[in-house]
Amino acid sequence: MIKKSISDLLKEHPFFASLPANYIEFIAGCGRNAVYEAGAYLGREGDPADVFFIIRSGLIGIESYAPDEGPITVQTMTAGNVVGWSWIVPPYRWQFDARALETTRVVALDGKCLRAKCEEEPLMGYQLMKAFAAEITGRFRANRLQLLDLYGRAQK
Amino acid sequence: MSLRIEAAQLGHLLEVIRNAGYDLLGPTVRDGAIAIDRISQLSDLPQGITDEQEKGLYRLRTQASPSYFGFSAPAQTFRRFLQPPTQTIFWASRDTPGGPLRMRSGSNVDSKLAFIGVKACDLAAIGVHDVVFGCDPNPQRPAADPLIKDQLYGMRRENLLIIATECGQAGSTCFCASMNTGPEIEAGYDLRITEFVDGEHWMLIDAGSEQGDTLLSHLAGRPASEDDLTTREQLLERTRRSMGRSLDTRNLPQQLARSFDSPAWEDIAERCLSCANCTLSCPTCFCTDIEDATDITGRTAIRTQRWDSCFNKEISWLHGGQVRKSTASRYRQWLTHKLSTWHDQFGSSGCVGCGRCITWCPVGIDITEEAARLTAGTEASS
Amino acid sequence: MTGRDSVDGLWAPQALRIANKVQESTDVFSFELELEQSFDIRPGQFNMLYAFGKGEVPISMSAGPPTTTRLVHTIRNVGKITTDICAREPGEEIELRGPFGNTWPLESALGGDVVIVAGGIGLAPMRPVIQALLANLEQYRRISVVCGARSPYELIFREDVEEWSARRDLDFHATVDIAPRGWTGTVGVVTSVIEQLSFEPQRTTVMTCGPEIMMRFTADAFCDRGVPAESIFLSMERNMKCAVGFCGHCMYGPHIICRDGPVFRYSRLRDLLHIREL
Repeated sequence: MIKKSISDLLKEHPFFASLPANYIEFIAGCGRNAVYEAGAYLGREGDPADVFFIIRSGLIGIESYAPDEGPITVQTMTAGNVVGWSWIVPPYRWQFDARALETTRVVALDGKCLRAKCEEEPLMGYQLMKAFAAEITGRFRANRLQLLDLYGRAQK
Repeated sequence: MSLRIEAAQLGHLLEVIRNAGYDLLGPTVRDGAIAIDRISQLSDLPQGITDEQEKGLYRLRTQASPSYFGFSAPAQTFRRFLQPPTQTIFWASRDTPGGPLRMRSGSNVDSKLAFIGVKACDLAAIGVHDVVFGCDPNPQRPAADPLIKDQLYGMRRENLLIIATECGQAGSTCFCASMNTGPEIEAGYDLRITEFVDGEHWMLIDAGSEQGDTLLSHLAGRPASEDDLTTREQLLERTRRSMGRSLDTRNLPQQLARSFDSPAWEDIAERCLSCANCTLSCPTCFCTDIEDATDITGRTAIRTQRWDSCFNKEISWLHGGQVRKSTASRYRQWLTHKLSTWHDQFGSSGCVGCGRCITWCPVGIDITEEAARLTAGTEASS
Repeated sequence: MTGRDSVDGLWAPQALRIANKVQESTDVFSFELELEQSFDIRPGQFNMLYAFGKGEVPISMSAGPPTTTRLVHTIRNVGKITTDICAREPGEEIELRGPFGNTWPLESALGGDVVIVAGGIGLAPMRPVIQALLANLEQYRRISVVCGARSPYELIFREDVEEWSARRDLDFHATVDIAPRGWTGTVGVVTSVIEQLSFEPQRTTVMTCGPEIMMRFTADAFCDRGVPAESIFLSMERNMKCAVGFCGHCMYGPHIICRDGPVFRYSRLRDLLHIREL
């Protein structure tokens, strides 16, 4: 079996669908494969956010920890999603915990390295930012729907 | 074949119908208006009486003509005799909590009704209700389930004798010509009467059913001449031209279907009191509420059906709230249902052009004006 | 005079004995009713359940066929009528009349992919569909089920859900808005799960049941993925009183929900769903 390169993996991922190939090649240079077993943290609330993850398979919970209840999952992320956007905006810290809920394969991308590159090459920075804007908008829409309490409304 | 009779023969006709075991219901003056009520003889009819109708105005006056049917849409319709304002669907009782139910019918339909002097608009309205309640003798539109019909309506309807009458003049809120429901009456009657006062007082009378033929055989008259038939044509043409209102129905359902977001609804709501007069005076309105209750012992329960209105808040109840909260949405439901979505639901317009909703609206909202305003400017696009 | 023959057959309820009662969640109960004679009801159709002197509620069948000796209804205890019915126990009776309404498009879905999206108590009318699909797996391509609930506590049919989750021939997802400790499934709204599903848009039939707002977003999510609006089916709800199209309470623009529905193609609803106070 031929092992796929990082750039192949990124090209297959819907998040990068709109990005030109030369940018993907470059971004791939900042990436590495990683596997997280169930329970392992990909990021912890308050920690520096220097990395983000392209999920290839598995399930990741976005959580916050309550002293009485333990981890509360607010959303789960799976193949096709991107986890982590705190690396783009100051203060570059994780806002929530990201924890693998089952064995999860990801491409981890070095945000610190990309940040510098984006400043140098605004065109690439803009393209990447557009991809993140789409991801964030989708996530935000889903959160708004969660606030609507969609299912509780039946037969009030 | 048309028969020409002297007007006085009408009294004999009523007698024949009554002797055949029918309860007679027809126009009669009550409380300053033409009501539809029990009648027994010719003198109960509003002879020499005509009406003035306008937005929010209804008035009777006497006229020189001795005509029996010289008025336009009566204040009341025949609806309440086929679909009573309240009727008991069933009584249910149980002797012990959780015990078996014993049920009995709450409404009896044992009398045979004869509607006398049914105007073209009201006859068309009965045809509309026949479709709504699954009792259409010739269904045009395949019903979802042909076996489903309103039994109480159907029983009353089956026994019904209809003596229709063509209008010799139209009222100022009339627009049956626009709705293709009049002034000519083409079908749906047992007998059709056209009344003439031209020096003589006479009537043309036609049978539209076997029963009508039988009744006709009891009357003394002569076969109508060509001249008589021409006189009828002229009378109907005169009536057609004297319609006080008109409504352009070309593409109307489609245009109204696109009007739901129009600001005009808010404008109407500024005037509309949401009083439901239009729905109560309308001959085609059919909405009912179903109420269940028990007596004080809790052992006997009753289910009652009563007239409802789309202007009532409760009709659109859904999970603890009303869907149609605003007056604008309720008026929109009423108007678009009559003139647009009725076509989707029942294959015809729900408006027969009787004009009662115009006359009986306390603030003078006119369905023909509002429909024209709602569709103004959309003509070009259709 | 007694006996129900004298009452218009449309209105006369029949009494069915409760054989079994299952508590599905804090306020949702399923009743298995014994049938003495055959009762031809299909997935999507509903009965009017009667509470003596209080009124009726429209409730969809929530299991089977093929269990012709049992009729199952799942009811959420939310008002005076449902409270009355939910308080009944095995051995007692429930009076009902029906069936009414149209059915889910199991036939027109044959040969293609099928996606079921149910929200909250909306899973009840969908369960007979899921059961029918599983009984005829070879006649469909990929079958996916997404069911959403506010929290795991409000997820009904827990035994079925566990069985469906374990099946390899069913792409099953349960998703909740709020996950307490111990929940290992998805957290997020159903639309987020729809983005992840595999199906061939042009050969897919979608059936969804839940609150209107959820169905609207669900239908749009499938349209975004290229499923034709004609292939997306919604189960609509309005104030049904007579259940046969005579009382006018459940009018929805050109549709009379009890008579023409409750199941409608999204193409017949899309424009209407955006009209306020219709």
